[in-house]
Amino acid sequence: MRVCVVGCGAVGSLFAAHLAGVAEVWAYDLRRDHVDAINQGGLRISGVSDLVAKVRATAAPEEIPPCEYGIVATKSMHTEAAIAATASVFEDGAVCSVQNGVGNEELIAPHVARVIRGTTFPAGHLVEPGHVEQDTGGKTWIGPFEPKPAAMEEVKRLAGALSEGGMETIAMPDSRGAQWTKLIFNAASNPVGALTGLPHGWACERPDIRELVRGLVAEGRAVADALGVELDSDPDDLIDHATQVAHDHKASMLQDVEARRPTEVDFLNGGISRFGRERGVETPLNDALWALVKGLEQSWSRQEQR
Amino acid sequence: MTIERVCVVGAGTIGSLYAGHLARVADVTVLTRRRAQAAALNESGLQVSGKSELRARVTASHEPEGIDDVDLAIVACKAVDLPTTAERLEGRFRRAAVMTVQNGLGAEEVVRLHGEWPLISAVTFMSGTRRSDTHVEYELDTATWMGPYMGGGPPYETVRELESLLIAGGLEAEAMPDLRPAQWSKLIFNSAVNGVAALTDLPHVRAFAEEQEFSDLGHLLRGLIDEGKAVAAAAGIELHDDPWEMNVRAVTHGETLRSDYAHIPSMLADVRARRPTEVDYISGALAREGERLGVPAPLNTAIYRLVKAREASWR
Repeated sequence: MRVCVVGCGAVGSLFAAHLAGVAEVWAYDLRRDHVDAINQGGLRISGVSDLVAKVRATAAPEEIPPCEYGIVATKSMHTEAAIAATASVFEDGAVCSVQNGVGNEELIAPHVARVIRGTTFPAGHLVEPGHVEQDTGGKTWIGPFEPKPAAMEEVKRLAGALSEGGMETIAMPDSRGAQWTKLIFNAASNPVGALTGLPHGWACERPDIRELVRGLVAEGRAVADALGVELDSDPDDLIDHATQVAHDHKASMLQDVEARRPTEVDFLNGGISRFGRERGVETPLNDALWALVKGLEQSWSRQEQR
Repeated sequence: MTIERVCVVGAGTIGSLYAGHLARVADVTVLTRRRAQAAALNESGLQVSGKSELRARVTASHEPEGIDDVDLAIVACKAVDLPTTAERLEGRFRRAAVMTVQNGLGAEEVVRLHGEWPLISAVTFMSGTRRSDTHVEYELDTATWMGPYMGGGPPYETVRELESLLIAGGLEAEAMPDLRPAQWSKLIFNSAVNGVAALTDLPHVRAFAEEQEFSDLGHLLRGLIDEGKAVAAAAGIELHDDPWEMNVRAVTHGETLRSDYAHIPSMLADVRARRPTEVDYISGALAREGERLGVPAPLNTAIYRLVKAREASWR
């Protein structure tokens, strides 16, 4: 099996390193120092997992041979450019998104033969070029992406390889439930952190914010219902669980905002809003937080005399 | 009633603008919070520059007991300081009318807890920048609108007299028999513009009126303003100005003069300085009124909650 991981940041590295035990793994990434470090010393994972994997990394798509599978793990705003650049690698491949939010598979589909919808919970952060610390474990769910589906056998084979490599992955005919559960959780908790500056538990222990989060979840749930998606767990329970176990955790969107990096809000609240409109479901709170986070992003580029 | 002696309570930007201009036409005393500012004002007077150029002599004290009786007191502190400021006025100025100029709703009710003065409701659109304890820059020479408080105000003639006095002093002013239509127009405008500015770190830029996409800020502003208008309608208020039109005017006016100019709403200034904001009196007041009247205002409520949580992040 030959696999190319597109976007070898924290999450991409977890997939690349674990798969390298059972497959030939290529990694496409634009960070030169990261690419060079992986090629020289291997890709190192520490923390929840501990391994050094042989992965062939490059920033030049033409160096990558045709692959049976792709795993796209870029930040959502880079999906389009990354898959367009690597399209020739997947002319007969099945490409799986393991990114946040909704809308990535739709961007991948025009460029590749077949698409797999994925949702993953393991997370980590880049410590230095070639080295990722894995902060949390957890499962990955994958399934055919309907408009341009990979065969179920193909999905199962990828799940088997990932599980064998050490990342527990479940293949299912319809993986939207997992995706929408995580989407609704993220779209309710991330922008609230980004706009208030509060870590998850600090925000959600406040009755007023918990009420706002409940409203955001309810809108997401209504859109999922209209799409016929059955959630695999209650996002409100996940919010309360995270308040207990990740009390002081700063949402990734808050980390982006503090570093003044573009956020993934277009694929979170923006995704809920777009799918809602398609189905005639109004999502005023998600629209509002989408606009506020986009406004915050705009403020960084504004030259202002203070 | 003849207004000859005025006490301005709170010598921030707005208070200083009233005090400086009124000193041309009345005896003006200033009640400050800090002793040092009172001393500085007594020593060097009050300077206004910008739209007006003047130096005024005022008598200042940081203690209510140090101020003689007056015909009118203008309470010009920020809304967040109003409860403590009003408490200091208890038992003072027995023959005076008291005017509140705070943003939002609810200032009159707070003052009423501490005395039976005839109250004048007011909203002011003028703005400026504090240069020092004794110097304020007058930037926007827009009007103060005022009217007798519906829960117990002076005769309308007194408000008309105050209008004349402010105009004679060099300020813009307009008396109205019922201020609520203007007060609510500004409340709805402020809840949208100040809240969005505070949360996005954006001054009042043109994007606040752009509404092509769902993710455009103007789309959100429109939603906030429509909610506010529904609450106002349920309260029986016929708005003086359309808040959306106020929003559009403000962004086009600002940017035609200088392409990089945009007003920094006070709530954004408060957030940048990590000061408590007036959101309880603005978005919070609108949300509470909506709840009271059975007209939900979920977007204004969301803004209120987010700003309150943002304030909590500094502690």
